Order: sequence, then C-alpha cells, then structure tokens
Amino acid sequence: MAKHILSVLVENKFGVLARISSLIAGRGFNIESLAVGETEDPTASRMTIVFDGDEKTIEQIKKQLNRLIDVISIQDLTKEEHLDRELILCKVSVTAKTRPEVTEIAQTVRAEVADVGVKSLTLQLIGDPAKIKTFLEMLKPYGVKEIVRTGRVALARDTAGG
Amino acid sequence: MAKMKGAEILVECLKREGVDVLFGYPGGANLPIYDALYDSGLKHILVRHEQGAAHMADGYARATGKVGVCLATSGPGATNLVTGIATAFMDSIPMVVLTGQVRSYLIGNDAFQEADVCGITRPITKHNTLVKNVNDLARVIREAFYIAGTGKPGPVLVDIPVDIAQAETEFVWPEKVEIRGYKPQRFMEGHKGQIDKAAHMLLDAKKPVIYVGGGAVMSQAADEIRELVDLVGAPVTTTCMALGIYPEDKPNSLRMLGMHGAASTNYAVQYCDLLVNIGARFDDRVTGKVETFSPKSKKIHIDIDPASIGKSVAVDVPIVGDVKRVLKEMIKEVKASDKKPDYAEWWEQIHEWQKKHPLTYQMKKGDKLKPQYVLEVLSDLTKGDCLMTTDVGQHQMWACQFYRWTRPRTYITSGGLGTMGYGLPAAIGAQFGKPKERVICLSGDGSFVMNIQELATAVDHKLPIKAIILNNGYLGMVRQWQELFSKKRFSYSGIRAPDFAKVAEGFGAKGITITKPEEVKPTLERILADKECWVVDCICDEEEKVFPIIPPGKAIDEMIMDMA
Repeated sequence: MAKHILSVLVENKFGVLARISSLIAGRGFNIESLAVGETEDPTASRMTIVFDGDEKTIEQIKKQLNRLIDVISIQDLTKEEHLDRELILCKVSVTAKTRPEVTEIAQTVRAEVADVGVKSLTLQLIGDPAKIKTFLEMLKPYGVKEIVRTGRVALARDTAGG
Repeated sequence: MAKMKGAEILVECLKREGVDVLFGYPGGANLPIYDALYDSGLKHILVRHEQGAAHMADGYARATGKVGVCLATSGPGATNLVTGIATAFMDSIPMVVLTGQVRSYLIGNDAFQEADVCGITRPITKHNTLVKNVNDLARVIREAFYIAGTGKPGPVLVDIPVDIAQAETEFVWPEKVEIRGYKPQRFMEGHKGQIDKAAHMLLDAKKPVIYVGGGAVMSQAADEIRELVDLVGAPVTTTCMALGIYPEDKPNSLRMLGMHGAASTNYAVQYCDLLVNIGARFDDRVTGKVETFSPKSKKIHIDIDPASIGKSVAVDVPIVGDVKRVLKEMIKEVKASDKKPDYAEWWEQIHEWQKKHPLTYQMKKGDKLKPQYVLEVLSDLTKGDCLMTTDVGQHQMWACQFYRWTRPRTYITSGGLGTMGYGLPAAIGAQFGKPKERVICLSGDGSFVMNIQELATAVDHKLPIKAIILNNGYLGMVRQWQELFSKKRFSYSGIRAPDFAKVAEGFGAKGITITKPEEVKPTLERILADKECWVVDCICDEEEKVFPIIPPGKAIDEMIMDMA
C-alpha cells in the first residue's frame, strides 16, 4: 500500500484537531503521522496527515474530511510535486571511543549535535523519509536510547514558471 | 443600542430564523434561557424526557422539511438527547440542538451536571460549537440553522454556558452567513455532461430500475421523480426513507426494496441492467452481501454528498448534485431525445415475479389477529390520508409492506439508526408541524414503553394522535431472528407489556384493547373519527414473521420467502 500525504487547511479553533482525529479514528483509518501548526493566516492551521491505504480509502478520507465545516481545503500532495520534511531528535549512547564516530556521522548527514551528555549525544536531523531512515540505520550499532519525530510536514512545489 | 442578555439574543435569533415551536426541558444550566423564553411569545413544548424533545424536533423536521429545534440542560439533560441526535444524524434530518452548559470557568472541573457535550456529540452531529463569547452567539446560532438545513442536512448542536446566556452585549444580526469551509451551493447543480449521459443510459436500457431514497424527499423532488418515472415508464422502488414519493398504487411502483422488500422488487434490482440511485446510499439493508449486489447493472448515483458516492458500491456515473435540480435537467434531456424506451419485456418478467411471489400473509377463520391485517384495514380506511410514525422492528416493516404509501413525508421512521422509542415523540413533533394531518403512531409492545411518558405531552396539548400497538408479547424482530437463525432459542425476547389501555387512561388519553380480527375495523373507524389521543392495543399472533427476509450476509436474491 502506498503512502499518501494530505495537506489540510483548517480553521484555527479549539476542538478542530479533536474533530479530525476522531473522524479518522471513528472510521478505522490508520494515520502514520499528523503535524499541525499555524499558517501565514493566523485564523487557519495547516495539517499534514500521512496515511497508509489504498485509493478507495484515501478517497473516502478526503471526502469525509471535506464534509467537516472546519476544513477549508484539502490538497492531496501524493499526486503532485511536493517537498516534505521531518525533524527528528535522536539520543545515542556514546563512549569516549565512539563519540568522534557518532559526531562524524552527524557531520556527514548534516545533522546537528543538539545536546551533549556524559554518556550520550542528542542529534537533530531535518530531512525526508529516506534520509532519516539511513541516518537511523547508521546510528543503530551505537545504541539508540530515545527518538522523537515531528511527523512529516509538506508543501506543494511551485511548478516551473509558477 | 440597548444591550441584551445572551439568552435574549438566542430567543431573538430563533424568532428571526422562523422557529414556530421548540421542544425542551429546563434545568440548572439552561435556566437563563428559560427565563428569556417565559414571556417571549415563542411556543415551547415541555416534554417528559429529553430524548422525547430530540425526537419531537426530528419528527417536526421530517413532517415539514423545516429545521426542528430542541433544548435541554447540561450533563444528563444533554446526554439524554444523544440517541435523538444520532437518530437524526443517521437519517440526515435538519435539527438545531441547544444545550445549557456549566459556567465557562467551571468547564473541565467535573462541575455539577457537567458533561463534555461537544465531545460526546462530535461523531453524531453535522457540526457543533461551544460558545465561549457572548459576542459570537448570534453568528453561531445563524450558522447552526444554515448548516443544519443546507447541503446534506443534519443536526447541529450549540452548547451555551450559563454565564454566556447571562452576559450582556449589543445584538447584531448577521445578515449573511459566510463560512469558508462550507459551500454547499458548490454541489447543487450537478455535472451537465454526466446528467445527459445518465438520461441516455436510461433511454437505452432494456431492464432499468429507479431506486429512490431519503435524499429525494429532502430535496422536495416528488414531482420530478413522478415525471421522470412516468415519462420513461421505468419501474421505481423506494427505500423506507422515501415511501410515498412515488404513489404505490400506480403500476410503475415496485414499492420497497431491501431486506424486507417484495421478492419481485429485489429480483428486479438484482437482475436489472441499469440501476439509477436517486438520493439513496446503498445501505447494507438494501444491498445485502455487497459483493454480489446487482452484478450486471450499470449504476448511476445522484447524491448531494460526494462522500456518499462510491462509499460501498462502485458506480459508473456519479452525479454530485441536488436531486431536484439534477432530475429537472435529466427530464429535459429525456424530452429532447427522440429515443423511445422499450421496457416491455422487462415488465413482463417483473410481472411474472410479482405473480409468483406476492407480498401476502394468511389469516384463516379462528386464527389469532394478524398484524398485517391491522395495517391493511388501516390502509383501506385512511387511503393515504395519514401521517404515520413508527418505532423499530416487525411493525415498522409490516407498515412498509402492507400500507399503501402515496405521499412523501407521510411515513416517518428511524431508518438508519433504528431507534426504538422514536415513534410517539416523533408523532407529537409531526403533529405540531402539521396540525391538520391525521397522525398515527404505529408501535410494538417493546418499543412503545421506551418513551411512553410522552403520552403526557400529547394529552397536555390535546393532540389527536392515535397510537396503534401491534402487541405480540415479544420483541418480535428479535424473536424472528432467534427463530430463523438461532434455533428457536428465544433468549430474553419475551417481554411482559403493561395493560396499555389502562396506562393510556392514567395519562389522560383513551385506551382500548382488541384481540379479534373482527374488532379491527370498527375500532379503527371509531378512534379515527374521535378528536382525542388514543392508544389501541392490538393483541396479535406472536408467531407471525416478516417475509420475505434477506438473511444477514446473503445476496438479495437469496431471500427466505416463508416458513414452508
């Protein structure tokens, strides 16, 4: 099953997130990630929702979301050129011996060292899913203690000349 | 400009929205609203249980096509509305539900009579709003009526904390409603190319069936349905939500389809080459096992809600639009064409099925009273001059089968949610909406006790409602399923009813019990001529079952016809 990315513009009001997540949960749809934040217009928020599902399910999700009064518009980014990024914080175990190796990996993938501990380093990486996956695999041998990810945010690309 | 209290603003908004009656029950958190209602001139009907208020608003809306309004207090008052709201939601009934809420600063504190009503009702409302500022109140109420009544209609709830109802502000009536995420007019017209295509598919078909649902009723499209059907001469069947939209006493009518539809009708749907769905939703009670449903037909689906199209059954020609407008266009295209549809062979086949499998039942001399007979007599006596509400179960299906429906909005039933206890309060709401109609509540002995307290409301207002109970001492539909599918293990389906005639008298209505077929006609004649509220307890044969039945999970041509 393919991954789908929906970019949903909604009213920036209390209860809207609950409305959307309960609609999705109530119909038994599976979300991989959901990220939400204010937009250039403070009365609207943009949600980036990543789903796993076949065409029929995605069509239903789009239609059901469109029914909600607080949903202003929906864009199915899967079908157009888009940018998507995710931020990940990853706490990795280090020893005196491995610390330079982990730092080097960070430099290679342009991750930042966000925090330095006695026995750990916390790295911050922004990237698309493929990059994040590689990054995590590279860190795995050192012992990944904790991970947190924001979920993907996405925007349609401007078409040539647009 | 003089300031007004929130509660007064609410009442003023209701008047400007043209509300002529609301159904409610007072309590702590809506006291300021009741204070404003006291000398407002608005007609308020005091119910006996909040569930009754919700069903009354719903029955009013179904009978009139207008938005129904109900009002309850916070906490238990609001939670008592929940079944009524869900009932309206499932059948797309326009309703505005007003609830009191604890004071704003107490919300979330587990205050006395507090419940998260917006949270509870989120999945069963078209929209809901907790009002947090009195300056928003007029706009929120205006939007609630607009949202409830447009597009695919539905219930909208507005939760009003005590302090918001008491707060004062200047009243500003929003002349226009502007909601950027809600543009129902976008979906009104229907795609011209698709409509023309549909028209030609209908003209070219050899074996078409037109299948009409509640959306056609909402859209006030009875005239267009009749015109289109008669123009081409196609067979037409309706769901229980649209009974009467095409007169069942005319030859093109195949009456109801689905789980308890006539066998001939289900055969026609199963073997047709074109199925035109007009404002119905391919409900599981219509399709049976969906993978086997009407396998050889092309399917056209007209619906105002894009989400309804393609939800369960794939369609060839989807048309998103208002049924009435789409049909007007389609009729134009049919008239403009010189094609003459030829369904003669198809009709021959259908007539053969009808002859082979008539909708019928047996009542021999000396038999116990058969419930179907009561409906036949009622149908003969009233000849369509009746607005019937029902509860849920066998009686509800017999009413579909054995009453001849000839007008839309005359059969009022909880089709989607299947709510027992709906009938009596819905009858009261319908009677307030249509004071001149003869309103009958058809019920069962299980259902009727679920909201029997509303007899008091009916008597308060001297409503001439006639409740007819088909009493078989069982939850009949449950019993029927247990007999057919659970080896006659009648697990808790036997139920002892009270003496309904006496209970009716206790409430100040009139009551009578009948047990014999020969009592039916004179009794019904007598009570139909009377101006008072009546309860007629008809003691019926408990063995009687609703046939045909499509067993759960089976294809629609795999019906059980009878016990033979």
